[in-house]
Formats: sequence, C-alpha cells, structure tokens
Amino acid sequence: MVRHGLPDSDRSRIMVILHNVFLHIHPPKLHPSGLRIRHTFCLGGITFFLFLILTVTGVLLMFYYVPDAGRAYEDMKDLAFVVPFGRLIRNLHRWAGHAMVVTVIFHMARVFYSGAYRPPREFNWVVGVMLLVLTLLLSYTGYLLPWDQLAFWAVTVGTNMGAATPVVGHNGPFAILQIDNDVRFALIGGTEIGQNALLRFYVLHCILLPLVVVALMAVHFWRIRKDGGLSRPL
Amino acid sequence: MPSDAPSHDRRVFVKAGLFGLGSALFASLAGGIRFFFPKVLFEPSSVFTAGMPGDYRAGEVSERFRESNRVWIIRTPEGALYAIEANCTHLGCTPQWFADERKFKCPCHGTNFNVAGEVLAGPAPVPLYRVSIRLDSRGRLQIDKRVKENRPDKWDAPPFVLKDSGGRA
Repeated sequence: MVRHGLPDSDRSRIMVILHNVFLHIHPPKLHPSGLRIRHTFCLGGITFFLFLILTVTGVLLMFYYVPDAGRAYEDMKDLAFVVPFGRLIRNLHRWAGHAMVVTVIFHMARVFYSGAYRPPREFNWVVGVMLLVLTLLLSYTGYLLPWDQLAFWAVTVGTNMGAATPVVGHNGPFAILQIDNDVRFALIGGTEIGQNALLRFYVLHCILLPLVVVALMAVHFWRIRKDGGLSRPL
Repeated sequence: MPSDAPSHDRRVFVKAGLFGLGSALFASLAGGIRFFFPKVLFEPSSVFTAGMPGDYRAGEVSERFRESNRVWIIRTPEGALYAIEANCTHLGCTPQWFADERKFKCPCHGTNFNVAGEVLAGPAPVPLYRVSIRLDSRGRLQIDKRVKENRPDKWDAPPFVLKDSGGRA
C-alpha cells in the first residue's frame, strides 16, 4: 500500500492482503465454520497476541533491569516506584505471562475436545506440546528475575526437583553424579541459587527460549495451512 | 571394471571424511556441554573454621554460621558437639530455629525437625544432615560440609560428633 497507493479494485485489494508478510498468515479461502468464534474461541490467536505483548513489554523492562544479584531486586522496585509507567509495563508483562500459560492450556483443551489433534494434524500437536513446555519454561525462568524471597525459594525448590532426576541428578534414583557436576549444577551454574543462576535464567528468559519459541511458532502456523486449515465438523 | 563406476578409493575417502566430520561434531557437542559447568565458584567454602569449642554453651543451638555457611552448631547438655546443615531434606529451603519450641521449622512446606534433626511433622522424607565436625591442629572447630550423614545409627560417631572437646576450650 505504501509503494503502490490505495488499491482501487477488488483484485488489487486482495493482492494487498496476499502479498503482505504480516497479513498473509490469514488464508485467502476459509471454510464458513472457521469463522464461527465458538469453533476455536481464537485461543491460539490470543496466546500469540499475549506473546507479542510479552515481547514488547519485556524489551521495555530490559532497558531498566540489570540481572545482578546486588541490584536486581532494587531495579524491580525502581520499576514499580520510580520509572515512569514502569509499574504498568511490569504488571502488563506479569499478567500477560500468567495469562499465556492459561490460554495455552485452554487452546490445547479446545484442540483435544474438537479432535483437531488427529491425522493429518498429529505432527502439529507434537509441535504444540513443545510450545507448551517452552511456555512453562519461559514462565519459570521469569519467576526468578524479581530476585525476592518468593522468587529465590521457588526456584530453589524447582531446581532441587531437577536434582532428583534419575541418573543425572545428584539426589535422584541411580545417581552417579555429585552436587558440583550434575544436571542442576549445569542449569544454575553453582551448587546454590546465586549470581550465576540469575544470569543464566535471564539469558534463557530473554534470548534463548524466545528464539526457540518464535522458530517453533513459525512451524506451528505454517503447518495449520499445510494440514488443510482449521479442523471443521465432518 | 568400467571406468565410470565409483572407485573404492573415493568411498574410503568419503567414509573417512564423514567419520572425521562426525567426530568433530561430537567433540563440539561435548565441549558445548562442558561450557555450562563453571570451574570457579564464588560461593562460601564447604570447609570452614567455626571458632573454639568453648564458644558453645551446653544445650545451645548456635545460629552463628547459619547465614554465612548454612550450618547450626549444637552442644548437647552432656557436652557433645555436632553440626547440622540448614538445608531442608524436602526441597532445600533453609529451616528456622525456634528456641522456645526447640524445633527447626521450614518456611516453604512446613516440615518440623527436633533438635537432633529428626522429622517431627511435614513432608521431608529423611532427617536433616549432620556434617563433619573436627578439631584442627590449633584446637579450633573445623566443619566440612562435603562429609555428611543423616542415618541416626551412623551419626553418633566421629566425624559427625565431637564428644571430648570441653577440656581444651
């Protein structure tokens, strides 16, 4: 539209949609059942929208938050009391994060109850399960970042569950490793939650996990189209 | 043998090349995993000195090293010294000592332990760990958290208890 001016025919109007990378996510043809809101409740779309909110607010929070054990808590407090609109941004991020976990689960329930996981869409269900796990990991890694008592002990408890992993955790069944070389040690970069754990969770939360999520979401959306669009009543 | 058939030499070359590539990938994967295990830790040492035996009164649960090293040093009314690691055996929170009730209580999920470290109530499956307590060459208490024991039939022997320290204080 920027390059060619306003479209003046039906053909050019549809071309604006079809030739736009952001708008072409919507298919050119749709079965009427796919337009009924109660068919999907747009739960996947809501989840994606929340992910966009989380990306934007997360980037904004990164302008003020430093993942240093000595000042992370103070930065979080500054966001709440000093930074203009900081509390709004932080709470948007926080509530969108909680809501995303909920909508992912509702989305999965909808897919399950409408049988949309069945062939030919079974692989997209597998991708969806990976996205569920990544959503939970994003939620969990973000949990540590406020660096308050709740965050510290919740992550202590959670990573100690990791230490109970069979074989590769030092506290699990058939343990073969020690507290300073097991899977929990690799995750938190020490034998207890400290500066290394904060920095690792920050990098996972802000860089690594979002990159993987974006890649898998691209596959997830693409497969919807390749598998024949939204499932519909037979 | 027709001249355009794949030669034996080329197969050997490709196989060796693939083996080399595979080995290189495996080595980088192993190195990538090793990267996440730091060699130097900025944590309190597992071995530390905890003052003289005479610093601890009979019947006292000392909180002196709880904040810095997560260890309580306890002297029984009979005079023996032992050290308990302040690390809940349920999921690793730090319990608190309530002197009026003579109990350790964990704030995370509510396990109660008695002064010996045995579970009184709550989800912890096993008693608190006792750690090694010895006298060093200058008569100071030396705690080694790497050596620990939480079986009641084993913890009443050295190095988990120090019975004849009173005279040296």
